[in-house]
Amino acid sequence: MWRFTVLRVLQAIPVILTVITLTFFLIRAAPGGPFSSEKAVSPQVQAALEARYRLDQPILQQYFSYLADLAHGDLGPTFRYPGRTVDELILDGLPITAELGFYALMIALVLGVTAGVVASLKPNTMQDYVPMGAAMVGICMPSFLLGPLLVLVFGIWLQWLPVSGWGSTPGDKLLPSITLGAMYAGYIARLSRAGMLEVLSQDYLRTARAKGLPEYVVILKHALRGGLLPVVSYLGPAFAYLLSGSFVVETIFQIPGLGRFYIQAAFNRDYTMILGTTVFLATLIVVFNLLSDIAATWLNPRLRYQYKQ
Amino acid sequence: MAHVIFGINLTLAIPAVPLMHSHETILKASALLLLSLLLSACGGESGGREARVDEGIRLGVLHKGNGAEPQGLDPHTTSGIPENHIITALFEGLVSKNPQTLEVEPGVAESWDISEDGLSYTFHLRHDARWSNNDPLTAEDFRWSWQRAMTPALANVNSYMFFPIVNAEAFATGEISDFTQVGVEVSDPYTLQVRLRAPAPYLLQLFDHHTTYPVHGATIESFGDPSDRLTAWARPGNLVGNGPFLLTEWEVNSRLRIEKNPRYWDSAAVQLSAVVFYPTENLTTEERMFRDGQLHYTEDVPIDKVPVYLRNEPDLIEISPYLGTYFYIVNTKKAPFDDVRVRKALALSIDRQLLVETVLQGLYEPAYALVPPGTLGYQPPQVFEYDPEEAKRLLAEAGFAGGQGFPPFEILYNTHEQHQKIAVTLQQMWQQTLGIQATLLNQEWQVYLDTQKNRNYGVSRRSWIGDYVDPNTFLDMYISGGGNNYTGFSNARYDEIVLHVAPRTADRQQRYTLYKEAETLLMNEMPILPIYTYRSKHLMSPCIQGMPENIMDWITWKYVYLECPAQ
Repeated sequence: MWRFTVLRVLQAIPVILTVITLTFFLIRAAPGGPFSSEKAVSPQVQAALEARYRLDQPILQQYFSYLADLAHGDLGPTFRYPGRTVDELILDGLPITAELGFYALMIALVLGVTAGVVASLKPNTMQDYVPMGAAMVGICMPSFLLGPLLVLVFGIWLQWLPVSGWGSTPGDKLLPSITLGAMYAGYIARLSRAGMLEVLSQDYLRTARAKGLPEYVVILKHALRGGLLPVVSYLGPAFAYLLSGSFVVETIFQIPGLGRFYIQAAFNRDYTMILGTTVFLATLIVVFNLLSDIAATWLNPRLRYQYKQ
Repeated sequence: MAHVIFGINLTLAIPAVPLMHSHETILKASALLLLSLLLSACGGESGGREARVDEGIRLGVLHKGNGAEPQGLDPHTTSGIPENHIITALFEGLVSKNPQTLEVEPGVAESWDISEDGLSYTFHLRHDARWSNNDPLTAEDFRWSWQRAMTPALANVNSYMFFPIVNAEAFATGEISDFTQVGVEVSDPYTLQVRLRAPAPYLLQLFDHHTTYPVHGATIESFGDPSDRLTAWARPGNLVGNGPFLLTEWEVNSRLRIEKNPRYWDSAAVQLSAVVFYPTENLTTEERMFRDGQLHYTEDVPIDKVPVYLRNEPDLIEISPYLGTYFYIVNTKKAPFDDVRVRKALALSIDRQLLVETVLQGLYEPAYALVPPGTLGYQPPQVFEYDPEEAKRLLAEAGFAGGQGFPPFEILYNTHEQHQKIAVTLQQMWQQTLGIQATLLNQEWQVYLDTQKNRNYGVSRRSWIGDYVDPNTFLDMYISGGGNNYTGFSNARYDEIVLHVAPRTADRQQRYTLYKEAETLLMNEMPILPIYTYRSKHLMSPCIQGMPENIMDWITWKYVYLECPAQ
């Protein structure tokens, strides 16, 4: 177990380093620059700006000073917002994006597991087709369509919920969480249906029924345990993707999270901000994958045995 | 640092919980959570939530959609429109703008004298002007601020606005480092003298631009080197200003709040108690926020919503002429566009009226010159009109009768739905009238800027918004070798008028006659193809008063108040 964990952590380091290096050189190779504007900037002003952000140094020197700063946890100043640092903006946005991702995941779990379990109980009947059809719609419908649709119905027509904002009016967290969670709910529904179908045909469930347990105990207590394993191993990576993929929802609902910075930074050629958010999210994805691998090993004795060899 | 630990721990802890406990616990926890979310939503509703705009009207708080998130609030390092809306409320220059006429009116300067030759300005500062920390505001503050604004290391993109002042250009470009040689003198604490190298009749307009605003030296120095643009002085709690409002709250990408400054010299005239700015880069979301009662005023309106509002709720939409022109530039150094007859053929075959009525839903005005009409009384010349026959004749004369032998070329524009629609329309008009083939080339904004600057284009979309209300802000763009002149256009008489003759003409009407001559020269050479004049569009609560429409879309915050018209 320890050997496995240490090995995986060591593997993660070159992955992250590659991400940093590729991003660093790719954004500098892109046409345009952080100081391009529609209005011409005089050569002196351009030179002064470049000097302030160390862009006048040779590119390799810039790269190594970036790595050195990164080792101290310093992601540098942003180009776009003078006077603010990348660390500061990430730490401002992260709790909000994390909260949004958490609610979305909870909604996805409740809706997805319910739909999946219901569908698996009577496969190939209407009880299967309806929730699975809905799950497919959830997977296929992009959030830039679902979000405005929900807003139109619940915000504008019914006037039940605010159309935008985060934490400023009661209930404004609900629509973004549903919008973001819908797609994941669809995936979870399919995963839990598949998992449940596999488990429901197992001998130990026949035993449970044979000893006279009521059906709900059979399903909730015995079948769910095994049937939801695929969902559990999906959760780690899903949460990391929720964090990095929330920018559409954040833009639609005016949420001051991390996702909006990520996209704006790319358009603005805000070199340090693109690098900072990419490195941060890459690390997060690597860490969550690692965690879910460790969890899977811990839950599954057969995997553990392999690593002992 | 505690925040760091909290943030990371939070994200790690979330998936760890479901992994360690049984599945029923997860289900219970999530059901509980969902229930509480639902309850909190319903709880808010059953109480009959007062819309934010209604509460605002009661409390004198205006809620404004403000476009992009402001980059910063340092008057000397920012240059965008969203920043301008806020900075003009937090600071005040020597003069201020009358929102009705756009003429200058007294600001920190009570009065001013201009010498006969137009080369020397003496500003008499009011004695009751104070900083928001109660320090007196003196002429020395202006001298210090202007020195900072021109210091090369600060890299102020607007430093060129000081260039009419003696030696300002030399100082800003690093040729001289002694600011006493620059034509700015403090004769006594309340008198500021400015000497110009040549007359600049629009100078007073510049003294209302935020790059000439005073900043509080002691505050800036306490945050580090004044010429370092990366210090944190312009944040809530740090910023000291001299305008009608104070910065009290700024949550990035969420909201920015300013409140009435009781130490402002004219605070008795200020009626709003606060203004809250919301970043609204997504126009559709902004429109929904307005409909939901979250905003009194939007920065813009999605173009497809305009007819809907005009039809159903004309009281809520405000559309007014704007000091900006949408045009195409032509690379005059590249064959076949080096032939003026080809450029004219392109210009004459565009049916602007049709384009404006169909593609642009009748929102904008067709343009036949660079400067928008009505720039403080200036009317641009019209040297051509839509004339397909003449266009065909010109193209034939240039050797491409019926488009025969005309090399295929690209129409360059930055990726945007509306630019594309216009490019497609022009492509069709040129194909139908002239028989020439254009292909569309859209590039992402930064790439597009690069392509234009390097002149790797034939025909390209461009636009220009005036910095101040004077034809000069448009016409000085096309002087020979001008930094924004990507067309290769160069004309000696044009340069002479714009750079030397017009600035020395004190009488406004005479000056306009000269500008008209210059613009006629420009339009006869046709390095640009004017398409339309912009209009500003806003959704606006009928309860907003004191915010008259003007071509700069300028808001003088101290005059604005909220009062609903009687039903």
